[in-house]
Amino acid sequence: MYPQEFLYSKDHEWIRVDENIGTIGITDYAQKELGDIVFVELPKVGDHVTAKESFGTVESVKAVSEIYSPVDGDVVAANPKVQASPELLNADPHGDAWLIRVRVADRSDLEGLMTAEEYEAYISQEKAH
Amino acid sequence: MATPAGVGLKRTALNSIHKSAGGRMVEFGGWEMPVEYSGITQEHVAVRTRAGLFDVSHMGEIEVEGPEALRLLQWVTSNDVSRLQDGQAQYSALMYPQGSAVDDCIVHRLGENHYFLCVNAANTDKDFAWIVQHNTFDAEARNVSAEYTQLALQGPCAAAILARVTATDFSSLRYYWFKPATCCGVEGLLARTGYTGEDGFEFYFPPAESVRVWDELFEAGKPDGLIPVGLGARNTLRLEAGYALYGHELDEETTLLEANLGWIARLDKGDFLGRDVLLQQRREGTRKKLVGFEMTDRGICRDGYNILIDGSVRGRVTSGTYAPYLKKSIGLGYVPPALAETGQAIHIEIRGKAVAARLVPLPFYRRPK
Repeated sequence: MYPQEFLYSKDHEWIRVDENIGTIGITDYAQKELGDIVFVELPKVGDHVTAKESFGTVESVKAVSEIYSPVDGDVVAANPKVQASPELLNADPHGDAWLIRVRVADRSDLEGLMTAEEYEAYISQEKAH
Repeated sequence: MATPAGVGLKRTALNSIHKSAGGRMVEFGGWEMPVEYSGITQEHVAVRTRAGLFDVSHMGEIEVEGPEALRLLQWVTSNDVSRLQDGQAQYSALMYPQGSAVDDCIVHRLGENHYFLCVNAANTDKDFAWIVQHNTFDAEARNVSAEYTQLALQGPCAAAILARVTATDFSSLRYYWFKPATCCGVEGLLARTGYTGEDGFEFYFPPAESVRVWDELFEAGKPDGLIPVGLGARNTLRLEAGYALYGHELDEETTLLEANLGWIARLDKGDFLGRDVLLQQRREGTRKKLVGFEMTDRGICRDGYNILIDGSVRGRVTSGTYAPYLKKSIGLGYVPPALAETGQAIHIEIRGKAVAARLVPLPFYRRPK
């Protein structure tokens, strides 16, 4: 269910690193918790994102959710499809609805993240509460 | 129907049904209620285009009876209760002496000496205590909230669905009128009222057979695609329709005139709590005015955000959301009366950024005739 090639944060973001470009999105668990997503606010190309700090928001009808970057880096792409059609995040959070791509400054940021297996265990604990 | 106070959240008779229907449960006004089932957007659009069923049993019911029931209600509420006939209801407000509302409510006349009020869940105990405190009349007030399940069937297909579960003729039941009716074999009160801006009904009945009534309504509503609707869509529906929500557009600090509710303040009916202040405001003007607005730039306005006019904070958003049927971000809020003209350009402060919006006439949505 959760792609093996992604790494996951406790705030329910995923990152896939190819060479030194990280593609970042929110997980299926996150989109389910949020409900119908109607608005996405992303940084611009050239902006800097900082590990564990908010880089934008995803909004459902009822609520605003900050999105946190798993890594430090510079934004090289922000997904225009998802800004135009926020509902794509509910439909394909791990694929078409990626949020940003960044040039990863420091790969050691990745060490604190979870594997797919660890993330699945993490969310089944979350659900139990 | 309600679990005893002090044992966690109160639950309606349909609590486990909501859970098995996939309801996401949240705390609301001391109750455990479903905020959504299949999703707010789907539920909201269903009510606008087909029909939805709400469990609103968390709302309170207060009965007022006695030779001076009318006098008591005339004193504590803003609207003119003497205009009601048997079987008629009116939107009204329970009043503070400072011209603001203890709660908004619907007053129903069962008979010359017999009325019941439907009040907000979060305010039921407060409202009842207020009425009792001001009851210097030959009348009795009773909090009968635990004795009723209340279901709201709302949408253009509501009447067709209702016709399949009742032999009671409701064809002549007009908006804001009610009558005894038997639905799904259970006797109760059927009112043509609602909080969605669509045609619809609210059915008040004793809780014992709540689950069976709920199930039968869904059976009857299948051909029309009836779905359960939670509090999330209840809020977006009422906001599109421009209806106030206590705790947002109404509170202790806001008079009825400021909230655009002068039409339920019958200043000529005789004296009532808060009338002095309203008379004074009608002469001298109000401190603020409720307005509706829509975002003109990308962004969603939310409750509590600042309203900026010409660069400075001049008011606050009381309710804001993304409207699922109108597909835009809308909001209600207060601004100085002199700036409350439709078309006025404003900004909403969204997380530190000023995002453009514009004042528009209310309501945002009116159902097609």
